[in-house]
Amino acid sequence: MTEEIRIGVFICHCGINIGGVVDVPTVVEYASTLPNVVHAERNLYTCSSEGLESIKAAIKEHNLNRVIVASCTPRTHEPLFRATCKEAGLNPYLFEFVNIRDQCSWVHMHEPESATEKAKDLVRMGVAKAARLEPLEELTSDVIPSAVVIGAGISGMTAALSLARNGFSVHLIEKEKEIGGMLRNLYRLYPTDELAEEFLEQRIKAVKEHKRIALHLSTSIKAVEGYVGKFKVILDENGVEKSIDAGVIIVATGAQEFEPEGLYEYGGERVITQLQLEEKLKKGDLDWAGIKNVVMIQCAGARGEVVGYCSKICCMNGIKNAKLIKEAHPDINVFIAHNELQAYGEEYELYYRDAKKAGVRFLRFPLERRPQVRRSDGKLIVDVFHERMQLDIPFEADLVVLSVPLVQNPDATQLSKMLKVPLGQDKFFFEAHIKLRPVDFATDGIFLCGTAHGPKDIGESIAQGYAAASRATIPLARGYVHSEPIISSVNEELCVGCGICESVCPYGAIEVVETEEGRRARVTGVKCKGCGTCGSSCIRRAIKMYHFTDEQLMAQERAAVVTEVIS
Amino acid sequence: MAEVKIVGFLCNWCCYAGADLAGVSRFQYPPNIRIIRVMCSGRVDPVIILDSFLYGADGVFVGGCHPGDCHYLRGNYYAEKKIEMARRLLREAGVDPKRLRLEWVSASEGERFAKIIKEFTDEIKALGPVTFEKEAMEAACLAAADYRLRILATKERELLEEGNKYGEVFTRHEMDRLLDDLVREEYEAKRILLKLKEPMSVKELASELNLKPNIVLRLILDLKRYELVDLHEIRDNTPTYIAREEHAQ
Repeated sequence: MTEEIRIGVFICHCGINIGGVVDVPTVVEYASTLPNVVHAERNLYTCSSEGLESIKAAIKEHNLNRVIVASCTPRTHEPLFRATCKEAGLNPYLFEFVNIRDQCSWVHMHEPESATEKAKDLVRMGVAKAARLEPLEELTSDVIPSAVVIGAGISGMTAALSLARNGFSVHLIEKEKEIGGMLRNLYRLYPTDELAEEFLEQRIKAVKEHKRIALHLSTSIKAVEGYVGKFKVILDENGVEKSIDAGVIIVATGAQEFEPEGLYEYGGERVITQLQLEEKLKKGDLDWAGIKNVVMIQCAGARGEVVGYCSKICCMNGIKNAKLIKEAHPDINVFIAHNELQAYGEEYELYYRDAKKAGVRFLRFPLERRPQVRRSDGKLIVDVFHERMQLDIPFEADLVVLSVPLVQNPDATQLSKMLKVPLGQDKFFFEAHIKLRPVDFATDGIFLCGTAHGPKDIGESIAQGYAAASRATIPLARGYVHSEPIISSVNEELCVGCGICESVCPYGAIEVVETEEGRRARVTGVKCKGCGTCGSSCIRRAIKMYHFTDEQLMAQERAAVVTEVIS
Repeated sequence: MAEVKIVGFLCNWCCYAGADLAGVSRFQYPPNIRIIRVMCSGRVDPVIILDSFLYGADGVFVGGCHPGDCHYLRGNYYAEKKIEMARRLLREAGVDPKRLRLEWVSASEGERFAKIIKEFTDEIKALGPVTFEKEAMEAACLAAADYRLRILATKERELLEEGNKYGEVFTRHEMDRLLDDLVREEYEAKRILLKLKEPMSVKELASELNLKPNIVLRLILDLKRYELVDLHEIRDNTPTYIAREEHAQ
């Protein structure tokens, strides 16, 4: 760098928050003796309008090309000071923050001398880093105003309709021949008992009739390339390869029912799953003549038996089917063997009470002694352990219905790899943050809804479909995406193309490509989030992590322990 | 008691925020630590850690997100292995690996952050100012920058959990043996490289570094093959070697 480095240091009293502990004038005096520092001053509140004005004035007056504020935390105030630098014509990435309040004066309140020494050290470290800062430009890229929704179940249809009604074209992709997803197999829906078919019909009609929704049936995803704003999705539509460009992607691939092979005498006509029961109820082909007793077993295969999690929907689903059977055939005994029954919210609680009123009997078993199904003299017997009596009670059953959990589709693993988004412990798609970003993936521009994310019922799937569409609308409506230039960059002269960086990058932001010089790693700036793990893994140390470069961090770390700044 | 110097590398999303919360809540801790913000604990290169020791840090603290909470999904898992590698190199250089500590602290654990820093500072104070032979730590830095240890530190988790290209999963025991051997070998090779700023024979190196001559010879031949050292001259029927300048800084 040929340009002379001219650093300005602004030290904040923060009222008495810093000034009451740290001897600010001493720190200012010290700062002015440091190399490259041409201006140092103190402010009562650097973040006040006077404070910000004095930064701008000093940048002009002293021709500053680096600015340091020593005050609170970058987590709250960095954007403000960066903006101030920008207003004064200085690249905002030539600003460096030093935290002498939250991590100094506030935590060493009773040791003012040590706190002052520490503040001096922290400022020296800031100066060492600032001297090595480089101007960076924010990255902007356009967003193609269309979306790909993968999966045309209830959540995917909801998301597609919501986006289409907002004016964006949507490609709705379904691997089956028809849209509707798992809802097509259901009989009636709780808590209204409406027919699933009728409920679905209006939605299918709306999707099919919408001019901005393009349906791709019997279609699978072959490859996904690109990044937020510019995805390219390669489809296999009925054996024909197609390519679609889209700005955002929504994953709504749903789930499937767990097959309880080898559990509870499963198989045949008399031990079936809830979904198989619903299909029979829907078709009306169940022969009720020989059936006197129906026993449902909850949590079959779930909560530690085969899968670890609770499938959430089985309680209400079991109650619903039990109630429907009991209402249609009052003389049949219907039992639900359960461990903990969850009928959450007022509506579901009332529904549960209705089932009880209709005569459904509930039997509680402890999780460590689940019911046993055995055959005796051609009869099915379900032994349910009674906790109070400490004994197994045999129930004769003509039909056993297993409430099995929803599990991830087997092709989800492949899709997660293509999209470079993670699956969680239970193999369901894993959101960026359970509370702060519940329908986003950590990868920008890809969103999530429905049971692909974990078991949930129709209402929740619809709500999540709207949520995902609403999140996806943000980049689509804006038309461009900004990203921070705190990204990594590869020195291609050092790079040997080993690909270790590619293997550690969670965002697919760094990839090995063929160049004229051979295999080299390349960074797609918009995808990079700036963690820097590639840099610390690079076997040739060929990767530079902007704004947190090896050189900058080592300057800081050395300045922390060596009093004379190495410049 | 002598004042000790501690350098802390905290991840922006969890531990740095936890340190801020300690401040907001006024949880007090000793003023020895100097904090450097990084975006992810996975960013903290063992070279940077060892360089901190080389320049005079008595302890180094790295703070990241709890397992499963990493803002970048898996950065903290890589951090764990990298720190483990740095610890092994510290041990080789004769420094107590307890002087390097990795902790998971969330943004909501202000009180815990203060407690951990107090504990760690007390521990470093009890150990006293760090002492080591400068060339030993330089060799550790060079070894940390070498491709072999960097590959292993990055791939360790995968090798333990998913196995290598042939599906062979390493046991902890096998991995520890591999790491022990490789770290020692890499460290000793770098010690030789640093000594070879001046031409020396195998015998001289062996006695200087307290190593067996056959090991020194093998390492020298490796270094020669990688074009890091050259044959200097034959002195009284004994070959002497010298490092290529650019590699022994």
